[in-house]
Amino acid sequence: MKFAYYPGCSLRGTGRAYEDSLLAVFRALDIELEELEDWNCCGATTYLSFDELTSYALSARNLAIAERMQLDIVAPCAACYLVLNKTQHYMHDYPHIDQLVRGALKSIGFDYKDRVKVRHPLDILWHDIGVETIRSKVKAPLKGLKVAPYYGCQIVRPYATFDDQYAPVSMDRLLEAAGAEVVSYPLKTRCCGGSQKGSLPEIGLDLLSYLLIEAKKCGADVIATACPLCQFNLEVFQSEVGSRQRPISMPIVYFTQLLALALGAPFSDIGFKYSVVPIQPVLRQKEIACA
Amino acid sequence: MELKRTVKFEADRDPEFAYWISHTVGGERIRHCLQCGMCSGACPLSLYMDYTPRRLMHLSREGFKEEVLSSFSIWLCTCCYACMVECPKDINITHLMYALKERAIREKFYPKRFPIPVMAREFAHMLLRSGRITESWLVLRIFLHCSLLRLFGMSKLGIKLLRSKRLRFAHEHIERREEIKKLAESVRTAKERMAL
Repeated sequence: MKFAYYPGCSLRGTGRAYEDSLLAVFRALDIELEELEDWNCCGATTYLSFDELTSYALSARNLAIAERMQLDIVAPCAACYLVLNKTQHYMHDYPHIDQLVRGALKSIGFDYKDRVKVRHPLDILWHDIGVETIRSKVKAPLKGLKVAPYYGCQIVRPYATFDDQYAPVSMDRLLEAAGAEVVSYPLKTRCCGGSQKGSLPEIGLDLLSYLLIEAKKCGADVIATACPLCQFNLEVFQSEVGSRQRPISMPIVYFTQLLALALGAPFSDIGFKYSVVPIQPVLRQKEIACA
Repeated sequence: MELKRTVKFEADRDPEFAYWISHTVGGERIRHCLQCGMCSGACPLSLYMDYTPRRLMHLSREGFKEEVLSSFSIWLCTCCYACMVECPKDINITHLMYALKERAIREKFYPKRFPIPVMAREFAHMLLRSGRITESWLVLRIFLHCSLLRLFGMSKLGIKLLRSKRLRFAHEHIERREEIKKLAESVRTAKERMAL
């Protein structure tokens, strides 16, 4: 099994823990990755409101490169995953967008045939690898660790067909296979506010506080995320949320970090060194090795 | 005290705007809107909005351009797609929010120094210039254009991030930057040709 790996800008910036741990998980499960050659930014949700049509052409360049490599894309970042999928959907649905994007790609030497699939790691791990295989490869089960699975918006909405749009379970099942205890977390697909924390801080903090307080109420020790922006918001602004109400200390990790830990990857290699809220106290309390 | 007529007459509406919204990408089914309010109910930001998504849909298809484009709601939308998934008539509400933002930016309908349109612009320039986004520089540039005061207020955050080794200042860029320029150029000429 081999994929073209599309890290996206965040995984090379504030989301490096996601990249480190994702690569460790894929290595442990013998999934081969080749980085998408000279990939460019997908445009995220921001470029769309600046110039919609150009944003499709920019993200389609990545699709065309993957096609040239004859590989399907794996896009771990929620925004990248959504934008690449959206570009494909809109090219199918609107002939004028299709024509415009193909024309633009031709101008830089790509003859795009639309043969690429865009996949999310959750999808690959759940459907292609399977829970049983993962369970059989777990070396250090996360026994007793209570995890709130937080999917955020853009992985499951609106295009993902691999899981439910409001009550997804893929991450739940994967973390259970890793030996963790997954708590029922009703806000698992509620928006974290995205970049709103930067532009309208009060509203951003409100949205974050619901998520954190609810996770605490559900009895979670940690929140597992699958999106660099959700992870950043929940972790870095936690102290601000805490200063408005009761102080909160909840480690926010990528689901891949927990999986990698269970699959026996060394603790120091899977991005925990970038944490603002350390996970070690919780792990020690549960007697899970974190040396 | 300034006296203002609060009720609009039919003649005050902008038929061009009503036509545009139902013919733009994502707006094809806006006339099917039942005004059921599922979008507003699903929206996590609707409780902060001046016009909820349901009202925005109705106002825009009826041509209330001023109200819609100067509404704060379109900037509150975080594009979480909850409304779109819930809509019983499959109206692409989230995408319409993008279309409204794009038009509001183009026609300059937003509060001065408001960070969201500034972010869209700065993001776009950085992407067109280098092909990739360097988050640290993007944030710095946004605050430079909006509020220096807030930037200083964020120094605590910066220190926190520096300590966690997550802040990187090396400019990311792709190898074949000319391809990005060519793509944008090709889209621009095609748009002119197709009169979009």
